[in-house]
Amino acid sequence: MSKRIEWAQVRIIAVKEFRERIRNLWVLVVALIFAIFSLAIAYFGSAQQGSVGFHGIDVTITSLVSLVIYLVPLIALILGYDAIVGEKERGSLELLLSMPITRFEILLGKYLGLAAALSASTMLGFGGSLLPLIPQLGINDLYHYAGFVFSAILMGMAFLSLSLFVSVLAQDRMRASGVAIGLWFFFVLVFDLLLMGALVASQGKLGSTLFAGILMLNPADIFRLLNIFNSEQVKNMYGLATVVPEGLTNPGVLIGILLGWITVPFVFAHWRFK
Amino acid sequence: MANNAIDVCEVTKWFGEVHALDGLSLNVSKGEMFGLIGHNGAGKSTLFKLMLGLIPASRGEIRVQGARIDGRDFRQVRRRIGYLPENFVTYDNLSGLEVLRLFADLKQVPQAACEPLLSRVGLAAAASRRVRGYSKGMRQRLGFAQALLGNPDLIFLDEPTNGLDPEGIHDFYRILADVQSQGATIIITSHILAEIQERVDRLVILESGRIAAQGSLAQLRTDTVLPSVIRVTTKPGRELTLHGAFFNLPGVTFEMMRDGVSVSCATEQKVAVLNILSGLSDAVQDIVIREPSLEDLFLGYGGVHVQAH
Repeated sequence: MSKRIEWAQVRIIAVKEFRERIRNLWVLVVALIFAIFSLAIAYFGSAQQGSVGFHGIDVTITSLVSLVIYLVPLIALILGYDAIVGEKERGSLELLLSMPITRFEILLGKYLGLAAALSASTMLGFGGSLLPLIPQLGINDLYHYAGFVFSAILMGMAFLSLSLFVSVLAQDRMRASGVAIGLWFFFVLVFDLLLMGALVASQGKLGSTLFAGILMLNPADIFRLLNIFNSEQVKNMYGLATVVPEGLTNPGVLIGILLGWITVPFVFAHWRFK
Repeated sequence: MANNAIDVCEVTKWFGEVHALDGLSLNVSKGEMFGLIGHNGAGKSTLFKLMLGLIPASRGEIRVQGARIDGRDFRQVRRRIGYLPENFVTYDNLSGLEVLRLFADLKQVPQAACEPLLSRVGLAAAASRRVRGYSKGMRQRLGFAQALLGNPDLIFLDEPTNGLDPEGIHDFYRILADVQSQGATIIITSHILAEIQERVDRLVILESGRIAAQGSLAQLRTDTVLPSVIRVTTKPGRELTLHGAFFNLPGVTFEMMRDGVSVSCATEQKVAVLNILSGLSDAVQDIVIREPSLEDLFLGYGGVHVQAH
């Protein structure tokens, strides 16, 4: 059905979702969690090297990357899994569907509203935690850090898109939450383990192009690459530059693939939201 | 056809193997209050969802105000429709006024219409309280206000008095009468048949996805063989006089009671029976006539699950 999109309807739903997350303090609480963890990591992150304190933006970001990979996908999946199935189960979806609004507009409005809440938390949390360090930072450092926060938001939006798909497919909230947690386990814990296993089992015969290609199947790994290759210092430290093909170290390409991770699950969600 | 608010034409809906509706046709005229009754699982909710365009028909066509509800003009059609779902549930974190404003925005109704509407359903004092703290009756009132947004031409009400107290029910029907007098078409379902029987212009009784009967209540009474019941209280010791009067009268059955008799007869025989009774005024103390109610009619059509109220 080719019904023209009315952006006003999308905006109404988005504003409602965002406002609810502000009001029930979701945005604030998540921002606080981000801020506390990131402050702790920025300060104690280099404790293994025998000292505590701030050791430059590159090292801080590298420490924060691991934290973000654990936290942001989890928060995004928890934020999104309830969006459709929750309203279906409670019974408020039927009335919404009887309004002069298309399913696409409902879905997009929900996605944008939740994405705005997640972005606000991420910016507040990681941005706020930087405030004590501001006097020690140059303009380049800030630019670098902004890139890190931006990529964290993009990754969060990819996982949010996945969880919206789960929310459309699931029959009830219980199952939706189960699948959402399962996705987190898979992408954050299991995926890299399997990839490592495959790499070792094939005794390095797994070509670097194939290896990098498989990495693209996980938004969390794309995020990791984006931030590691932003720093010469870290790149040399890890020796990664030799493993990953030139093209996939280009931030533009990586961001493009992340955008694909945002779009494709959403398109599937819309396809199944009938 | 253009004068109908709704045309349902040969509509069939199946969910997998289950035939929820089976070649059903009906129409609702503009300005009419139309009742839809049937026991649970008879197809009421399915028909509602089809008419609202929430689910597509497997076969057949539905036109609302002459247009397809899921067609290109669906926004215009839906802006003119109000809907109160069974068990109205909404966003508990928002206040009553905010919920109403949300739906007003979606229907492009000015927000200024919201507060007067809340007063109209008796929620003015609770307007800024979160819905979380509303009672079942208050939620239902909010749902009703929502269905009235933008003075719709067509209002769907699914079990609208669920959870309302007697005063609430009275208010509800008073507002509904107002709305109807302004020309709105109303489609209503209810389990409480006594409540809608005096109010609907026409009704349909659904039975296993088909129409078991339709028409006005008067038509349905004539169409069915359900008798009028005349309860006669006799003066002490005169029961046998009545027994003699109705004994052998064709088409009339009677039953002796403790203080009189209960006479059942077809509606068209009622006057003849009353004539006989008036000739026996020295034996008769009191007469009460009971017409078959919607509930009797409904039970006559096999809807055994209906609750008596």
